[in-house]
Amino acid sequence: MSQTSRAEGRLPAPPMTASRRLSSFFATHRKLSLTALLAAPLAWLVLIYIVSLLLLLVTAFWSTDSFTGQVVQDWTLGNFTAVFTEALYRAVTVRTLIIAVSVTIIDVVIALPVGYFMSKVAGPRLRGALVVAFLMPLWAAYLVKAYAWRTIVSPHGLLDSLGISPGLGLIATIITMSYIWLPYVVMPVYTGFERIPDNLIEAAGDLGAKGWNTFTAVIVPLVWPSVIAGSIFSFSLTLGDYIAVQIVGGSQQLLGTLIYANVGTGGNMPLAAATAFIPIVVIVIYLTAVRRTGALKNL
Amino acid sequence: MTESSGMAISLRGVERRFGEVAAVDGVDLDIAEGEFFSMLGPSGSGKTTVLRLIAGFDEPTAGTIELAGKPVHHLASYDRDVNTVFQDYALFPHLNVIENVEFGLRVRRIAKAKRRQLAREALERMRLGALETRRPGELSGGQRQRVALARAFVVDPKVLLLDEPLGALDKKLREQMQIELKDLQRNLGITFVFVTHDQEEALTLSDRIAVFNDGRIQQVDTPENLYSAPATEFVASFVGTSNLFDEQAAHRLLGLSGTYTIRPENLRFIAAESGRPGRLSGTVRNRMFIGSSHRTIVDVEELEISVLEPAGSPNREIGDAVAIDFNDADVRKLRTDGLSAA
Repeated sequence: MSQTSRAEGRLPAPPMTASRRLSSFFATHRKLSLTALLAAPLAWLVLIYIVSLLLLLVTAFWSTDSFTGQVVQDWTLGNFTAVFTEALYRAVTVRTLIIAVSVTIIDVVIALPVGYFMSKVAGPRLRGALVVAFLMPLWAAYLVKAYAWRTIVSPHGLLDSLGISPGLGLIATIITMSYIWLPYVVMPVYTGFERIPDNLIEAAGDLGAKGWNTFTAVIVPLVWPSVIAGSIFSFSLTLGDYIAVQIVGGSQQLLGTLIYANVGTGGNMPLAAATAFIPIVVIVIYLTAVRRTGALKNL
Repeated sequence: MTESSGMAISLRGVERRFGEVAAVDGVDLDIAEGEFFSMLGPSGSGKTTVLRLIAGFDEPTAGTIELAGKPVHHLASYDRDVNTVFQDYALFPHLNVIENVEFGLRVRRIAKAKRRQLAREALERMRLGALETRRPGELSGGQRQRVALARAFVVDPKVLLLDEPLGALDKKLREQMQIELKDLQRNLGITFVFVTHDQEEALTLSDRIAVFNDGRIQQVDTPENLYSAPATEFVASFVGTSNLFDEQAAHRLLGLSGTYTIRPENLRFIAAESGRPGRLSGTVRNRMFIGSSHRTIVDVEELEISVLEPAGSPNREIGDAVAIDFNDADVRKLRTDGLSAA
């Protein structure tokens, strides 16, 4: 018994090692420990992320020498004028938005019943299996998944042999991106359902609410913030994607491919930077709208 | 006991198995209209499962459940005229206080003005008028408790089921809520079925109590009878404190056959100077002052006997040899079936 050893004399204090001294120093200097903790991630965020975004913004106001192709640091609004007035940019923006919204709707529509089933209906074993099944695609490389869909939808591919292939194009892009981003929507929605206590659903039934009433009046409002969180993923990831569309989209262009073309073949970095502002503005509008609904408060 | 008319709730042979385990194992129960009925037992005794079966959150694997004479065990919870106050209140976090209370009224498609009025009345009754627009997260435990009560009785059920509703409150608040609950039940005039593991709470509040252990009912009786005439060893030890004499001890010390119990307050010490031998003799092991009384633990052979004396009784030192006396009328014979000593 420990009581006897205690009775024979006090136990020695733990030895004062260097690491102990360090931790007691940080324990008594709260601000220093906070600084040490946050310095690296903050530096990364500020230097690499915010500064490079600002550089992008600045670049958008420069132009290129039409003869040498070099960036010339003359201030101009020409790039923005081009982006906001040319029909090509408007058409591509609308097309990209349609794809991002479609992908988001498809993923949410799949994630809602799946998340509900996983958290509230399935037993622990089936739940585990389903979580793995929905996360498994994340283990495969992006390109592999995109090319897999290409073989499925391309002429003489699997769907074509069944006679139901949409062919390469916008529909195929929507299908592929819905597939690729699905885990990012299913997981938050699933945990959102998981966080709804069963007794709230019981309480609704107890007060006389049948299935549909309980669903609309209790379950949907409570899971909504998670749906929004998932939609931010699928919406923003689709908005910025430029690879899948090149693989399954046929000749279709999206904002991502347009930026890519401006930087690469076009060699016009300032124009690419100005184009990049379209998805940034769209995302800011989306997040503001989401914030208005109050959904972010419950995240 | 077979006639169930006039009964708010009747259970016959109700059983709920989870695989091999019987959480509820053959329960027969009749609860009268307007009764404050408690289901008392330790955790895992099946009391909450019975409550959930009555509410309709779970279905019995065997047996029948009737509400006001109508079989309901195959009906969903929304088709039963009972409402539940959940252990952790189960308030809807996305709705404010009055919206929570209005929930059942909204489902019943009661006009907005009318349901606002009914909800306000219910909140007034629970003295929550000022908190209408708060979210559940902004309320204290006692306030949440009151909202849960208001939400349940505002829809005017015949039976209110309460699942350890006071469990999460501190002692002071709990005592206050006990009084409020009792008043509420009297004013509403409906049946309350109250689940608790707290024997004191059950004794204080109830018209009748069913004592549960291992999925079975040990005894159903008034608080007074339960205390003075416990039927089984389990009831004797779970409701209040008891000195238990198993068959051997009863035979050796009391000269009786069977199992017996004597309440500590029915034992008394014999003054040493009287020179009379007591009916039990032993050595004082411990003595505790508990406000209105002293509790003395005495070793009588292998038995640990507890004696309760009013405060101000002569002091006894640890190690004193003492003689103990009692009246035959206070020795209670216990049923020996369903033995499961606590």
